[in-house]
Amino acid sequence: MRQSATAGAPGDVGHAILSLRGISKTFGAVAALTDIDLEVSPGEVLALVGDNGAGKSTLVKILSGVYAPDAGRVTFGSEEVTISSPAVAQRLGIATVYQDLALCENLNVIENLFLGQEIRPARLDTVAMEVRSWELLGRLSARLPTLRVPIASLSGGQRQTVAIARSLLGDPKVVVLDEPTAALGVAQTAEVLDLIERLRDTGHAVIMISHNMPDVRAVADTVAVLRLGRNNGIFPVRDVSNEEIIAAITGATDNVVTRRAERAGTGTAPGKDDQPS
Amino acid sequence: MTDGTATAGTAAAAGTAKDLQDERLIQATGPRQALSATIGRIRDGDLGLLPVVLGLVVIGVVFQTLNPNFLSSANLVNLLMESVPVGMIALGLVCVLLVGEIDLSVGSVSGLSSALTAVLFVDQGLPVWPAVATAVAAGAVIGFVYAQVFIRFGVPSFVITMAGLLAFLGLQLKVLGADGSINLPFDSGLVGFAQLKFVPAWLSYVLVAVTAAGLFAGGYLKARERRAAGLSGRSTAVLAARSVALLAGFGAVVWYLNRARGVGWMFVLFVVLVLLLNYALTRTRWGKSVYAVGGNVEAARRAGINVHAVYTTVFMLGTALAASGGVLAAARLAAANQSTGGGDVNLNAIAAVVIGGTSLFGGRGSAFAALLGILVIQSISSGLTLLNLDSAYRFAVTGVVLLLAVILDSVARRSRASRGRA
Repeated sequence: MRQSATAGAPGDVGHAILSLRGISKTFGAVAALTDIDLEVSPGEVLALVGDNGAGKSTLVKILSGVYAPDAGRVTFGSEEVTISSPAVAQRLGIATVYQDLALCENLNVIENLFLGQEIRPARLDTVAMEVRSWELLGRLSARLPTLRVPIASLSGGQRQTVAIARSLLGDPKVVVLDEPTAALGVAQTAEVLDLIERLRDTGHAVIMISHNMPDVRAVADTVAVLRLGRNNGIFPVRDVSNEEIIAAITGATDNVVTRRAERAGTGTAPGKDDQPS
Repeated sequence: MTDGTATAGTAAAAGTAKDLQDERLIQATGPRQALSATIGRIRDGDLGLLPVVLGLVVIGVVFQTLNPNFLSSANLVNLLMESVPVGMIALGLVCVLLVGEIDLSVGSVSGLSSALTAVLFVDQGLPVWPAVATAVAAGAVIGFVYAQVFIRFGVPSFVITMAGLLAFLGLQLKVLGADGSINLPFDSGLVGFAQLKFVPAWLSYVLVAVTAAGLFAGGYLKARERRAAGLSGRSTAVLAARSVALLAGFGAVVWYLNRARGVGWMFVLFVVLVLLLNYALTRTRWGKSVYAVGGNVEAARRAGINVHAVYTTVFMLGTALAASGGVLAAARLAAANQSTGGGDVNLNAIAAVVIGGTSLFGGRGSAFAALLGILVIQSISSGLTLLNLDSAYRFAVTGVVLLLAVILDSVARRSRASRGRA
């Protein structure tokens, strides 16, 4: 599919922009995440896969500052950081597009794009915001007929576009996408995948959660598998078959894959397929 | 993402504004198209303030036929003055309803604040304005406490404010003491302000003209700024027509009111507060946050909005304005007593806001809802009083009107949903 995009020799590893070490999170008696390690570099698309309840969404919420981890370290750039709130995540440069998109249906496209980061808080500069909105959507080659309609009147794909456009507003370094293609049709999925490639090509680090293997293979450079709240392998996409990924997700085979996962997880896998951006 | 069959850029070459390039868009440029677009919007269920304006017309016609004094200048002057205290309470409630919460205690808070004002001013001998300021500040503190309980313990605002309703009613009775009623002296500025101070005729016309000119200038500058940025702007003809209509409409109303005592300063204060709140809700980040919290609180939180601060300011604004309403109610009556803020004040305020078009579910509505809604409520009340019907009828009629308003809102909401207008 997109094998041609994976250039870069082993060792040509970009410095990770975001890395997690030993992240754990429990909810009451349930250990949602245990000792998670993960890292992503600029110009890399990292796919985060796993079954329902594997902890993907919890991990995303930790990255975006909705939950605080119980243990572990988060390093952004070269500094250790505490992502204590969504605002802090935004300031750092981690933008998150949630599965439910987190849009306000009663507000229009412009208001949603600039929500919480309006230009000129005490006397809103609506003209500047509208111009920026058209620019931003144009950059994503997105075509909405008008921006002055409430989100409620847009289609699912249009909403996804608005959500992704909004994540780019603060000029983030890391974009986290939670199931960006889950509710979309064929053409709309292709457009969102195009968007993801455009993000990577502009030097963003992208973390994408997905259940959809073809989508993962289409755009991801690296696949990280979570299983029952633990790392279950980090693979470069071009070196791994669908069956191996699925085995790691489901835990169906616990010999080859687990061993491989351990090798990959501790070794050179992340960033190996890094594309120079 | 859209069907993507058409190619972009063709319209750009023709010099169309940046926001009108999509060929799926139906263009509306001149006054005629603007009018037909408005009619289309209404047909799709985006009613805006139309129902309440029509409601006012119907009320006016019905009561005028039943009693020719209803639309007399004297009665209308009185009606406007009478609507201010509960209108202020309703204005605060608009904010609370916009975030999808409710404050059932606004009546008690207004009663408590009237009692505080009277005790501080009359019994304790404080100058009048510090007494008023203290009462309003006490109202704000109550809102602060509500917000903290709401945020920290997650108790529904319905329950918190119902507790407040009882507690502050008790406090009001305690503050008033054994007599249960304190008269405010007529020569104090407060009572004068609420009963006797009217805008001189010439000044009222100047105010109307300044408002119309300001509306036109603001719209014109905005349109010019938009065109300079490559966006579509409203045509000068539309803007001029709007301002002339406003000038003629309000000019006529003011002229009619000036045949009696004119426009009270208290009503002007209310209108200014409505305009200020409208500005804050539509032109500031805080206002957008309020709508966002009412539309989808989780989305607002994830967008980095300080949701706690929004709830706190909104509850504080609600109770502070309720307290101001209480002060004005006492001033209007020249007394604070045990029934100030009691009876139907609570429900009238809530009914006014809903009749004005503010959704009980949050995220929809405007500051003007308080103004127009209270005019409906007060018109009904005034009309029924003129017909010598007692409060039994007033309660029943207000209830029916409230129900009609909510039904209309629900029907319009369904229509909007089916026509993609949210």
